[in-house]
Amino acid sequence: MHRLAAAALLFVLGTTAPSLAVQPDEMLKDPALEARARSLSSELRCLVCQNQSIDDSEAPLARDLRLLVRERLTQGDNDTQVLDYLVSRYGQFVLLRPRLEWQTILLWGLPPAALMAGIIGLLVTARRRSRLAVDATPLSRDEQQRLSTLVHRD
Amino acid sequence: MIAELGHYALVLALALGLIQAIAPIVGARAGDAALMRLANSTALMQFAFVAFSFAALTICYVNSDFSVANVFENSHSRMPLIYKITSVWGNHEGSMLLWVLILALFGALVAAFGSNLPATLKAYVLAVQSWIASAFYLFILLTSNPFLRLDQAPSEGRDLNPILQDPGLAIHPPLLYVGYVGFSLAFSFAIAALIEGRIDAAWARWVRPWTLAAWMFLTIGIAMGSYWAYYTLGWGGFWFWDPVENASFMPWLAGTALLHSAVVMEKRNALKIWTILLAILTFSLSLIGTFLVRSGVLTSVHAFATDPTRGVFILAILILFIGGGLTLFAWRAPMLKQGGIFAPISREGALVFNNLFLTTACLTVFVGTLYPLALEALTGDKISVGAPFFNLTFGPLFVALLFVVPFGPLLAWKRGDILGVAQRLMAAFAIGIVAVAATFAVENGQSVLAPFGVGLAFYVMAGSLIDLVERTGLFRLPLATVRMRAAGLPRSTWGTAVAHFGVAVSMLGIICAATWGSERIIALKPTQTVSISGYELSFDGIARRPGPNYESLIARFTVRHGAEVIGVMEPSKRTFSSRSMTTNEAALMTIGAGQLYLSLGDPNDDGALAIRLYYKPMVMLIWLGAVVMMLGGALSLSDRRLRVGAPKPAARSAMQAAE
Repeated sequence: MHRLAAAALLFVLGTTAPSLAVQPDEMLKDPALEARARSLSSELRCLVCQNQSIDDSEAPLARDLRLLVRERLTQGDNDTQVLDYLVSRYGQFVLLRPRLEWQTILLWGLPPAALMAGIIGLLVTARRRSRLAVDATPLSRDEQQRLSTLVHRD
Repeated sequence: MIAELGHYALVLALALGLIQAIAPIVGARAGDAALMRLANSTALMQFAFVAFSFAALTICYVNSDFSVANVFENSHSRMPLIYKITSVWGNHEGSMLLWVLILALFGALVAAFGSNLPATLKAYVLAVQSWIASAFYLFILLTSNPFLRLDQAPSEGRDLNPILQDPGLAIHPPLLYVGYVGFSLAFSFAIAALIEGRIDAAWARWVRPWTLAAWMFLTIGIAMGSYWAYYTLGWGGFWFWDPVENASFMPWLAGTALLHSAVVMEKRNALKIWTILLAILTFSLSLIGTFLVRSGVLTSVHAFATDPTRGVFILAILILFIGGGLTLFAWRAPMLKQGGIFAPISREGALVFNNLFLTTACLTVFVGTLYPLALEALTGDKISVGAPFFNLTFGPLFVALLFVVPFGPLLAWKRGDILGVAQRLMAAFAIGIVAVAATFAVENGQSVLAPFGVGLAFYVMAGSLIDLVERTGLFRLPLATVRMRAAGLPRSTWGTAVAHFGVAVSMLGIICAATWGSERIIALKPTQTVSISGYELSFDGIARRPGPNYESLIARFTVRHGAEVIGVMEPSKRTFSSRSMTTNEAALMTIGAGQLYLSLGDPNDDGALAIRLYYKPMVMLIWLGAVVMMLGGALSLSDRRLRVGAPKPAARSAMQAAE
């Protein structure tokens, strides 16, 4: 069931023979540059796939993007420049880790905000409870007497 | 004829479901025991009818009755029998039928084994269970009927999607569904408690075994799905943060939190309202998971808009049950009395910490999965949220949680001594630090963070066992005494230790496979060799072999370690003519806990074959850890006080176990 939809999409697109993601002929000679290309590739989305990075995808478009990333790297771009270039061509959609912008504030902000709210809520509750426990009015003299008679009755 | 009978049985199940949705409530309100008992019979009959309906569809598949549209679209006469059967749930309509089958099964189990439940609680639970069932019967009958016939029966079917023709997939969805749907009982119990306005520790003792069983199945189901993806997709990934995976992971996170908060409720009568809320949320996430996977909304918001019948129907079910459940909660929960005061540093406190981090982790996955959909629907902007986001946000939460795991079981109820516990954990800290140092010494600077992860995993493993070591007197007392003490420990104590140990085992596997794996991507000609992590593979040649409904192209590699031949790997490509699709069958060789993983690419023009070769150290630990977690659940489930239908004395032994 896992890749059912992705498989269906492949089927619709008529990609009948899936091959490997990264092909031997795509790889750069310089191992350091190639390593950078691989780590960049895993941050970039294959635009026609369902939630796959171009590093994992078998679609022809992903191959084009992989080649593009390597081309930019060999021309001396740094990692940010490569990502900027791809975003300028394909939009934010191409990034698997969205940048922090006004429209992704909730995405990045909600989980830490929820954690903080939970911690604060728990601290407040704990404090209120301990204060309640301390504030519990002590027995009056009358009650003390009744208690001791009950305890010492037999 | 058999398809029509199956269809008819489903309609009858709906009729019974509607009766069961109303009659027991009327009975409980009016104090009419006969009306309340009616739910027992209807629940059992419902299950019988749905089982008949499911069997009918299965028979259509086994007989390759292509006059049934669903069979025509998803089966093929030459498919092996096992895949003919698994095709039943390899498609939307059939999988929904499986869903209601399991739902009806759980209803029937409560009816059959819930004799020690208070009559009104049981009546309400079965009624709520039947609301859910009726909604899904209606959904199937109105929008996803698997029994529809074609005017003219085609002579051959379209075949099951080849990717799904795999033994891993045969069992993965049913396991997952038992998990998802098992949480429906927690939901029904929660709603019943809210309707009754009464809840006590006994409630938690009834809910926990069901939740635990559902959790076990979900755990193993997710692990199976992960392993299936690992060997099917041909690039050795085991978790992709794919929305479909997240859909099953969110109920798991919430269900894990529920298990822990139910412990507090059972033992200390505290966290009642929170436990009820978690029960509602856990099943809500299961419903959302079904919705996400089944409505087509994931592929594109537009696909959902162009063919909305199914999606809108499921959306209505979601709003009805989640909205209704939460509204009922907001209305009735304040009436429930809170009990059991505890200090922040205590067993309860540790379990609250667990709940805080698990629910935050769950929220992170939820936001990440649904944010792109919501953003596109609201503003039209398209963004992607993938693995890099989840690793960055989910990872730290889980690390914090894991650090606290060994503390929980060692802290006392009500008020704990954290310094004392830290002292008792000294051995675990030491083992963790040694593991960090040893890992740094062995690895060659590939990662700075991973050795600390390894240390954390070893610390959690050791810390989980310390409670057992102390209580059995291992290393201190004579072995015979230790054995007697071990047998005398409550099974739930064993369960806790084993399950926590399993979490650390999985974590160790994930860290090792992700950090120290090696990869070779290369084009090879026959007789050429490639080496990886001390293993040498020589390419022997290519052969073609026909399968039952496919043609396979097999490449043969001999694997050597040093001079010694340790085996043969035969990755292949299968071409299915019925759908003109090719699948990649990777070859796996397990060496210790690690694996060699080899998959094929395309042949080049010069006769060379592209291959992708990985060595993944410790990768098997990921799934082994899940099995250990499930074992822990099973041990805990076998604890006397949780056994379903256990006689009254169980209550006394539970109080003793609580210390």
